[in-house]
Amino acid sequence: MSDFFNKSDISRKDAENIVSEALSNCDDGELYLENSKSESIVLDDNKIKSSSYSSDLGYGLRAITGEVVAYSHSNEISKDSLKQSSENLHSTLKSKKGTYNHAITKTNEKFYEDINPIEEKLLNSKLDLLKEINNYTRAKGTIVRQVTASFSGENKSIEIIRSGGEVLTDVRPLVRFNVSVMLEKNGKKETGVYGIGGRNSYDEYLKNDNWKNVCDEAFRIASINLKSKPAPAGEMKVVLGPGWPAILIHEAIGHGLEGDFNRKKTSAFHNLMGQRVASEGVTIVDDGTLHNRRGSLTIDDEGTPTEKTVLIENGILKNFMQDRLNARLMNTRSTGSGRRESYKHIVLPRMRNTMMLNGKYSQEEMIKAVDKGIFAVSFGGGQVDITSGKFVFNCTEAYEIINGKIGSPIKGATLIGDGPSILKEVSLVGNNMMLDPGIGTCGKAGQGVPVGVAQPSILIDKMTVGGTQL
Amino acid sequence: MVKDQDYLKKKASFCIDFAKKLGATDSDAFVMHSISETVNFRNKKLDESDRSDNLGVTLTTYIGKKKSNISSTNLSEDNIKDLIERCIETTKITPEDEFNSLPDKDLLATKIKDLNLYDDDHIANDEKIEYLKEVEESAFKKKEIINTESGFCESKSNFILANSDGFLNGYRSSSFSASCVAVANSNGNMERDYDFTSACHLHDMAKPDQIGSIAAKKTIQKLNPQKIESEKISIIFDRRISKGILSTLASAISASSIARGTSFLKNKLDEDIFSDTINIFDKPDVIKGLGSRYFDSEGVKTEKLKLVDQGVLKHYLVDTYYGKKLNLKSNGRSGGTSNLFFENGLISYKDLLKLNSRSLYITETIGHGSNLVTGDYSVGANGFLVENGVFKYPVSEITIAGNFKDIFKNITLANDLEFKYATNAPTMLIEGMVVAGK
Repeated sequence: MSDFFNKSDISRKDAENIVSEALSNCDDGELYLENSKSESIVLDDNKIKSSSYSSDLGYGLRAITGEVVAYSHSNEISKDSLKQSSENLHSTLKSKKGTYNHAITKTNEKFYEDINPIEEKLLNSKLDLLKEINNYTRAKGTIVRQVTASFSGENKSIEIIRSGGEVLTDVRPLVRFNVSVMLEKNGKKETGVYGIGGRNSYDEYLKNDNWKNVCDEAFRIASINLKSKPAPAGEMKVVLGPGWPAILIHEAIGHGLEGDFNRKKTSAFHNLMGQRVASEGVTIVDDGTLHNRRGSLTIDDEGTPTEKTVLIENGILKNFMQDRLNARLMNTRSTGSGRRESYKHIVLPRMRNTMMLNGKYSQEEMIKAVDKGIFAVSFGGGQVDITSGKFVFNCTEAYEIINGKIGSPIKGATLIGDGPSILKEVSLVGNNMMLDPGIGTCGKAGQGVPVGVAQPSILIDKMTVGGTQL
Repeated sequence: MVKDQDYLKKKASFCIDFAKKLGATDSDAFVMHSISETVNFRNKKLDESDRSDNLGVTLTTYIGKKKSNISSTNLSEDNIKDLIERCIETTKITPEDEFNSLPDKDLLATKIKDLNLYDDDHIANDEKIEYLKEVEESAFKKKEIINTESGFCESKSNFILANSDGFLNGYRSSSFSASCVAVANSNGNMERDYDFTSACHLHDMAKPDQIGSIAAKKTIQKLNPQKIESEKISIIFDRRISKGILSTLASAISASSIARGTSFLKNKLDEDIFSDTINIFDKPDVIKGLGSRYFDSEGVKTEKLKLVDQGVLKHYLVDTYYGKKLNLKSNGRSGGTSNLFFENGLISYKDLLKLNSRSLYITETIGHGSNLVTGDYSVGANGFLVENGVFKYPVSEITIAGNFKDIFKNITLANDLEFKYATNAPTMLIEGMVVAGK
């Protein structure tokens, strides 16, 4: 745990006083302190391309009255700097008449350990392993033309000081291991990417030669794409595989259920609470409490303990995801979804681990139900327009389905759909729910935060596939 | 106020000296300070203010051909010393890479021409608020507009780049920008669009009523879109989208993509990659240019490059490391392009719209569907159906797809280039792409 005032000219007591004074007559706000250490080691083109280490320190002071948020952040934890921030907030919030809500739930339950993954594994052993990974992957054949492998690790300590001196703290480990392989055969090049990670030590993910599975998987995806043919274009049935393809749920539905867009009525879902937004049998939750998962948090970035929030239950819209600001303005409670990328960013309601729960069908039954369509196993990235509800995804592994059977792999397919209606097109929900491997980063308003997703296989009756073959 | 050059030079020199003392044979340091103040408005009311004060250092140390780097936002001397020690220890055990080195001394920038990238004007938050009020009032003049969000950001920064070969230079720059996002509603269909202005100097910003009214107009045009059939149709990229073709080109001709063999343009130097009417420039020394710079991120001097001459690729974008790998001299493109643009085409915007009896005019793409290894391109899109030069109706929930190798060869440009971003292109017609719709 960091002591933020140890080497500063300001005592904890003085800082608490500045916070209490800055937040008098405000509805909410806090001093958020953050100390993060991170490393990134990259092997590329047979060499260690970079080894970087970063140590970041800073604070953000936030005051809220009514709907207005004033924020000021700096690297310098000093009396002058905090006072300057406090004055800056004061100049924005000229007429303050809020009532500070001191009630904040405390939790003793932790969803990950206080570890620093960077120090838990020696640099030498990380460098050696990267070399071994490179050799192992290149030994798969002369068609392997490029291998990139990387470790990234982080240890982030946060402290939240609220008006009146309440203090909340958290220490968050996070690691990720990634392999990218490029193959070339008969003049055709394709890449495959795979990664794993979460809030634990590196060895937890790499042990028992598990890193070999990651290399194998990246190689397999690239090999499949070498054999792929151009994707079809037009509306058809789509079967999504389990696990990572749930980022479609994240983009298409998840963002539209974040509190801010609904308070501001810019989400396509804002007037659909209590209504049917998905087929019967579709239940979606956003869960921050899964142990060691990438999207999990013991407390969110406002200090609220996270929870498992039911968003859609059996097709009916039940809850939005809320931070304190939007919850207060919408007369509800925070769901522990208030997150920020770092002290440099304001808090927004965000997803944690977004999951569609199991139904009763097998994946085979879904494939059999399709005459002409595609089977999407993995996606690259996705994006959504919250207001119109339109979203897109790029498939990185997909196959055509013809007469109930999986056919050739296809490449370069983009899926496009409409968020509010897509879940009504889900006709079968599988019984094979899987978590993603722990690699997701969600972007919103220029802020990236780690997230997770999960789902069973699902059959979507109608989606537009954007290929080149008419 | 942002920290002055002396303060930053002192910090940078300290890092270089301390690294040398601990055994670094070479090093470079980058010290940066920036302050920005943003005000956000929503539905004609203050929504948010944000003051951002960022000081940071990045240091790379070399021991022979071994290299490692650290960065920190905690510039206390104790912390910096600890980090440099750590960096040196890491460097020692990192394997050698024969291409690791500082830039060639004779390529470092020496003569600096003033490009007027800094405006000392300060606009107080109250004045920002007045500007945004006007923005939103002009947007709300249209009855279909139900929601607006706008913001004004003023930012000042200063930096020093230093290396152990004696390079020690940096400069201040400023940026003023404002934007407006409007939401319109018609029978339950909501659409959103925007406009913005961005400039180095405060008085070069667009007028607020212009930002608001354009955002409103563009949003209303999108209402009640239709989906079209899947078909092969000529595509027109609005200037918002056409500049993306240049970003793709820049990524594909970066020395790193070429050296790693992960670009569809590998080995295409001195070959036709566009039709012979196409010329592309990268010009770092545009006065007050949004992408202007005095030198690249390694201190190497930058000159104007004609990247594509009559359709022929003439240069890669070369930095020191990948340059050594490719046996090319750095052309000052570490950190990418500066002011990158297509030379104007020969026909007017209106004539471009009329070139085909039926075309699809794209104003927005969504998704990340560019594969630089294969050149495959497939993204979601919105826009308008154009018949005989006339906008007929908005189109949404479609995808457009093709391969950049074909796309590049089938581009016709209008003559309406403007410098609104760092990378700019005129309106662009592309033949032969596939639209997936119904």
